[in-house]
Amino acid sequence: MAGKPKLHYTKGRGKMESIRWLLATAGVEFEEEFIETKEDLEKLRNNGVLLFQQVPLVEIDGMKMVQTRAILSYIAAKYNLYGKDLKERAWIDMYVEGTTDLMGMIMYLPFQPADTKEKNLALIIERATTRYFPVYEKALKDHGQDYLVGNKLSWADVHLLEAILMTEECKPDILSAFPLLQAFKGRISNIPTIKKFLQPGSQRKPPADEKYIATVKKIFNI
Amino acid sequence: MSGKPKLHYFNGRGRMESIRWLLAAAGVEFEECFLETKDDLMKLQKDGSLLFQQVPMVEIDGMKMVQTRAILNYIAAKYNLYGKDLKERALIDMYVEAVTDLNELLMTHLIQPADKKEQHFATIVDKVTNRYFPVYEKVLKDHGQDFLVGNQFSRADVQLLETLLMTEECKPDILAKFPLLKSFKARISNIPTIKKFLQPGSQRKPPLQEKDVPKLMKIFH
Repeated sequence: MAGKPKLHYTKGRGKMESIRWLLATAGVEFEEEFIETKEDLEKLRNNGVLLFQQVPLVEIDGMKMVQTRAILSYIAAKYNLYGKDLKERAWIDMYVEGTTDLMGMIMYLPFQPADTKEKNLALIIERATTRYFPVYEKALKDHGQDYLVGNKLSWADVHLLEAILMTEECKPDILSAFPLLQAFKGRISNIPTIKKFLQPGSQRKPPADEKYIATVKKIFNI
Repeated sequence: MSGKPKLHYFNGRGRMESIRWLLAAAGVEFEECFLETKDDLMKLQKDGSLLFQQVPMVEIDGMKMVQTRAILNYIAAKYNLYGKDLKERALIDMYVEAVTDLNELLMTHLIQPADKKEQHFATIVDKVTNRYFPVYEKVLKDHGQDFLVGNQFSRADVQLLETLLMTEECKPDILAKFPLLKSFKARISNIPTIKKFLQPGSQRKPPLQEKDVPKLMKIFH
């Protein structure tokens, strides 16, 4: 069952965006089928294609894969973006879990009660600048290499770039104290497959707007 | 820097329990260093041992590993509990991720505000019996094998057993409608390393009690 991977999700970032980034980086073309209404989601559920009744769902290599991390790990390993041995894999996993936590905070921001938004945004900025970015800045400083792990492009680099761009959308000068991350951002953005993904017209999704948030709330009963 | 892995966490289940289970299942002896106060946590944070200032932290093979999933992935791969190829790994990951979601629900149960507890419990029971357990029951039914993936013992089996036992603690008859999960539970519990871990005196931790919650909040908040 060859053919392009097929992504099932709403027409926005959410939990699928990291998957889009990774496939794009690996130079893998993919198709998307968008869930626009509650009925679309029900249909998928009734078809028995969602193992745990949830999306993301990615049809790939004859599998109907669910669970974001399972999908990302599979793609990373398949396309040699997961390090060369167990220890490199361990570091990649640690770094990716950190950026996942950070991006998770940003992703849930629009769904928090309105009166907590300012506080949550401040927390995101604090965590980004005192807990997460210093770690990656130091990693790059300590080994002086272009990539986070093993002197080679990996899932950790893609994920970090995604996190940097997302946090910059919250606060444009968020990298001001992190010169190596600034250089990293420039460098990784210039990798041809990633450069292409960053251009208008790609399958990269924009930040959530009011309309998208309302749609998501309706579809998922939030 | 050989020697036994060393686990840093509070003296309770939380996010470290799955790691204890997996090490135990793999027959790996480990040491534990318990955080009892906020000062203990801050000390670890100050001496640079915690990559993102958080526990769990496991000292293993010369690394100070953090992030529960990273630690579990490493242990599983090192001790051949992660399937034989990419596709088996994919299945294991899918099964494990769902069980992790369920564990999160169970973990947050005790810290629910009093007025939300009943509703939360009802949600857990509903998801367990309608969303999660039917999947694993069907997997076992469809292939008729002893283990979830690849006819071989893997982390998926360990983590599912852990979750089955935890849900039974919430609702003792929760497996009533799942005969294959019942026999799975017995079978996996009888694996020598796991049997040992299930005996009193092992490093398995008891469920969190209401009275322990304030102490926990003090360390982490």
